[in-house]
Amino acid sequence: MISEKLLNGALIAGLLLVVLHAHLTDAPFTITLATKVAILAVAGVGLNIALGLGGLVSLGHAAFFGIGGYAMGILASHAQSYVPLMQSPVLIEGTKSMPVIWLVALLASALAALLIGALSLRTSGVYFIMITLAFAQMFYYFAISWPAYGGEDGLSIYVRNGFPGLNTLDPIQYFLVCFGVLVLALLVSFRLRTSPFGLALNAARQSTARVQAIGQNPFRLRLTAFVISGAITGLAGALFADLNRFVSPTMFSWQTSGEIMVFVILGGVGRVMGPLAGAALFILLEHLLGGVSDYWHIYLGALLLGVVLFARGGLVGVLTEGRSGDD
Amino acid sequence: MTLLLFLEQVLNGLQSGVMLFLTAAGLTLVFGVMGLINLAHGSLYMIGAFAAAAIAAATGSFTLAIIAALTAAAAAGALVEMVVIRRLYTRDHLDQVLATFALILIFSEATRWVFGSFPLYLDIPDALSGSVRLPGGIEYPRYRLALIAVGLTLAAGLFFLISRTRLGIQIRAGESDREMIAALGVNISKLYTLVFALGAALAGFAGALVGAIQSVQVGMGEPVLILAFVVIVIGGIGSIKGALVGAVLVGLTDTLGGVLLPEALRLFMAPSDAAAVGSALASMLIYLLMAVVLIWRPHGLYGMRA
Repeated sequence: MISEKLLNGALIAGLLLVVLHAHLTDAPFTITLATKVAILAVAGVGLNIALGLGGLVSLGHAAFFGIGGYAMGILASHAQSYVPLMQSPVLIEGTKSMPVIWLVALLASALAALLIGALSLRTSGVYFIMITLAFAQMFYYFAISWPAYGGEDGLSIYVRNGFPGLNTLDPIQYFLVCFGVLVLALLVSFRLRTSPFGLALNAARQSTARVQAIGQNPFRLRLTAFVISGAITGLAGALFADLNRFVSPTMFSWQTSGEIMVFVILGGVGRVMGPLAGAALFILLEHLLGGVSDYWHIYLGALLLGVVLFARGGLVGVLTEGRSGDD
Repeated sequence: MTLLLFLEQVLNGLQSGVMLFLTAAGLTLVFGVMGLINLAHGSLYMIGAFAAAAIAAATGSFTLAIIAALTAAAAAGALVEMVVIRRLYTRDHLDQVLATFALILIFSEATRWVFGSFPLYLDIPDALSGSVRLPGGIEYPRYRLALIAVGLTLAAGLFFLISRTRLGIQIRAGESDREMIAALGVNISKLYTLVFALGAALAGFAGALVGAIQSVQVGMGEPVLILAFVVIVIGGIGSIKGALVGAVLVGLTDTLGGVLLPEALRLFMAPSDAAAVGSALASMLIYLLMAVVLIWRPHGLYGMRA
């Protein structure tokens, strides 16, 4: 068995090698797939902070993913049509600049996470799962019935947004942007685990009463984790929308929540690199099995069932035989 | 808006509420007794609807279709319980969520494989088609009225089952102390399979009945499942009474909100804006209702601490 550190390095190197090979052999589709892996991994890294570190089983992270997506869609569509977003009291115009869009996506999804978290963290366990799922569904129905931004049809953005100094329409350059964000998100996630905040949060997951007894407030710890988690997933949503140059209510759907959770689980809950391993495996399966059968979800379901019932610890756990896990 | 229209909408809300109750009751029962969160409950609803549509198309009989829905959903429920669910009782909620999410994928894709992606239709039986004139002069569809009656009857039956029968005593005992009733000689694993199949049959029955007013298609179960979650959060986990109250509240809020909110907004908005804003806000109403209940009573109207 191999050490988790080695596996982590191999995962990053593997992703870069695939992209390098695709770039040299001129295979833009493969680069797009790798970009998708990087973006979905960011979404998973976000969820993993709530799920792995905080023990918060959120089945509503599609809400944040979608808010990030719509932050991009709304700002870019206003820039595209030259209609200001708001005229009074202050003039707010749309933008095609990625850093600005990212900031808005982060703030908007953090705010949503604060509201949803403040309500749903009043409960725990199975209530928490149902409530987060329900709130995500609220956003889904709202996006469908709000006609201003495409309603059920979604919003198309004709040209990908710009990043200063780069040509984001070039697949390899956009991949590098997303890869950079992924590395940053992984660093944040890694730093959080070993920070005093992360340790307290992990302790609150294992024993709420003891954390309370030493004077920490578990509710506040969890809410902070939920907000950070939602913001990172929101950022991933903005990147994902930019990859497709399209946003639709599907980003808010319960399937999206489930899939983000599947990345985390396939990889291994609470492991820093778990979401990257899981997202890579998911996209690989989608690509390979999707070619074999239109009904590839059956195989995905069977695989997931197998992982849950027999291989706890996910892919990273199986390959490292449970070393340096959380429990 | 006239009073008659309002009363008609109240009946519509009641109808969707009692149907929602049938789905939520099974879910809350399974959680109360086995401590299991089952995302695949919506798939059992779908299986009921598809079984009914297939049998109705083959035989033309609505009665046979309903029997098929009950049988298929109960059988699928019992099978899934014995093969997969049974292994999940001792696991944490995360494992339960994932395994039952996997079951949704399997059930949905298998159904798509067998029946295709196009929606099927289930016709209302002749005896229940048309409308009746209610006291006060409301013309109301006979079928929807029958759904209200059937739903309320089943709710009463379920209350009787839980509070008055031997099985009900075992179910309630199972909720409070699993080891103790096993020690008293009750076959726990058989009881669990039975409860799961009962919940599945209720969901499948609701799927078939609602399938006759809406279309029968893959993915029809999950929106209902999420609504049932809202119902359970409002009513309190494990409480049948809570499920009934929550379901009727959600049904009424959803139906009346969709009609009244655009009307109310029209008082101070242009009609086209009022329709758009109203329908968008109405889609959020039940979740706001859930939020209010959460602030007021975090464990639901009739719930105990989970």
